[in-house]
Amino acid sequence: MSTAPKTPSQAAGGRASTKKELPEHFKAYKHVWVFIEQERGVVHPVSWELMGAGRKLADKLKVDLAAVVIGPDGEATQHAAAESFCYGADLVYMVADNLLADYRNESYTKALTDVVNTYKPEILLLGATTLGRDLAGSVATTLLTGLTADCTELDVDADGSLAATRPTFGGSLLCTIYTLNYRPQMATVRPRVMPMPERVVRDTGRIVSHPLDLVEDDIVTKVLSFLPDRDSAKSNLAYADVVVAGGLGLGSPENFQLVRQLATVLGAEYGCSRPLVQKGWVTSDRQIGQTGKTIRPKLYIAAGISGAIQHRVGVEGADLIVAINTDKNAPIFEFAHVGIVTDAIRLLPALTAAFRARLSPHSRDRIAS
Amino acid sequence: MHIVVCIKQVPDSAQIRVHPVTNTIMRQGVPTIINPYDLFALEAALELRDKFGGEVTVLTMGPPSAEDSLRKALTFGADRAVLLTDRFFAGADTLATTYALATAIRKISTEFGPPDLVFTGKQTIDGDTAQVGPGIAKRLGLLQLTYVAKISALDLEARTIDAERRSEGGVQILRTRLPCLVTMLEATNQIRRGAMADALRAARAPIVKWSAQDAGVEDISKCGLRGSPTIVKRVFAPAARSEKAALIEVGEQPAEALIEAIFKRQPPLEAELATLARGY
Repeated sequence: MSTAPKTPSQAAGGRASTKKELPEHFKAYKHVWVFIEQERGVVHPVSWELMGAGRKLADKLKVDLAAVVIGPDGEATQHAAAESFCYGADLVYMVADNLLADYRNESYTKALTDVVNTYKPEILLLGATTLGRDLAGSVATTLLTGLTADCTELDVDADGSLAATRPTFGGSLLCTIYTLNYRPQMATVRPRVMPMPERVVRDTGRIVSHPLDLVEDDIVTKVLSFLPDRDSAKSNLAYADVVVAGGLGLGSPENFQLVRQLATVLGAEYGCSRPLVQKGWVTSDRQIGQTGKTIRPKLYIAAGISGAIQHRVGVEGADLIVAINTDKNAPIFEFAHVGIVTDAIRLLPALTAAFRARLSPHSRDRIAS
Repeated sequence: MHIVVCIKQVPDSAQIRVHPVTNTIMRQGVPTIINPYDLFALEAALELRDKFGGEVTVLTMGPPSAEDSLRKALTFGADRAVLLTDRFFAGADTLATTYALATAIRKISTEFGPPDLVFTGKQTIDGDTAQVGPGIAKRLGLLQLTYVAKISALDLEARTIDAERRSEGGVQILRTRLPCLVTMLEATNQIRRGAMADALRAARAPIVKWSAQDAGVEDISKCGLRGSPTIVKRVFAPAARSEKAALIEVGEQPAEALIEAIFKRQPPLEAELATLARGY
């Protein structure tokens, strides 16, 4: 369930041109905040990516950038707060309570809503992860404010409004969305859409602690257990340096092996375009694109992928995009850097062999010397 | 047991094209489908009803033509369909959508009995926000379980539900209390082919149609474009990259030529790949 993307005509004829003065009670809302997502003691990298984006917005607005750290009372939460300063926070709001050891919607929504109502940020950013989306939706509805999902670009206008750009219509168009008369202006951003900012070692600054003000009996939902993904089963697609992916041009599920073989030789992760998931050839955690994962590798090899706009949205951040496709008019050649017009089924085994030869220990000595 | 399933009729986004000159959406002839994730939600609801008894009500907000999707849901075996349709709902963002749907669910509750569970898909394939489920839960004061892969237990006497929820690093097994809202993940259940009896019934079944007023909307300014805090200011096509891909000739050794082109373009990659590839 979700909202229909609005059509251009609605945008033009809507309230966009009728901005009112910001209601008086919202004028106290200042500063840019980033929710620092940590689960089981580990900060999700998307939080640091957002700190990079948040820093730019705060500088442009000439306001502070604050990190909001919510978690159990202990070392991991303290560490997340300290790290926030290394990624550019001017201050940290912290809710540390052992009831926050596991993510639960009820307790985290209360914690974040309370901190927002007390310290009033103008802009609040969260990662578009399972945790971030669960939390952002609840918090925005509680605060009755606007929330723009899965943004690909964030900027502030001359008048200080947050301009949040996101794909619409399955990625075929982009739209810029404003939350003009409500505060905070909330947005989520997917992992890997924003570049990772540089970590600069800095001393811890001002940490503002806020109480959770809940007891366990207040929280209905209980965590019975947690089954961590086995490392071997876990796809690290979003953060892989090299990704090899296949599309319908491979012709059959058996041929998808060719993609996996090349990925293995390159020490890469493998992925696919949406039709392969729909056909059941590949599991959904391997899907790249608008409804799948956003990737940002140094090298991306797309084999038999035509490059529909939905796919393009997910791979545009790659440093080098290599396309293999039989159709020289395939859209992928519009955004790939290097292409070859040939049948991926025939080229992939040769490519795997050639890479293996080139990257063999003997060759490595050659590179080193 | 009463379950409400929220579904949305969406354009099949895979078939949407942008006009190459005007950069506008070409909607003509694009087929509409039930949002695929909502089908998983519907199937989960039907399985629970078949096991525990009770009724499944499907609810959608949309134009009058969204009746097609409701009828389809009835052929799969839903017991009742409610269409929330009114021009006041047009242009709603997620916050305004959750206001309207929550109001309709309250009305369903008084008309047909309070729901024990409300299901939605994890997100739609047109809006992709994943915000409406959590928003409805918040509006109705329901507990919520999002990104659910599996409902592992339901105890109607103790009023508890156990579910496997996908999180970033693994699976959380959660227990919460009914009534609660569940958003369903993909590919955990196969949508059934409706029984012939259901198909026959669906063709004639009445569909409950409510305007904003019928549904009991108290404040029309909270609906549609007027009730939406977010405003779309600009819609545009992504910028085209200035240069097209440098094409490699398919000569005698195309693989070698391709690798050469890759390393020529990004020289540091060769050493990095050699390190990454170590061990293979």
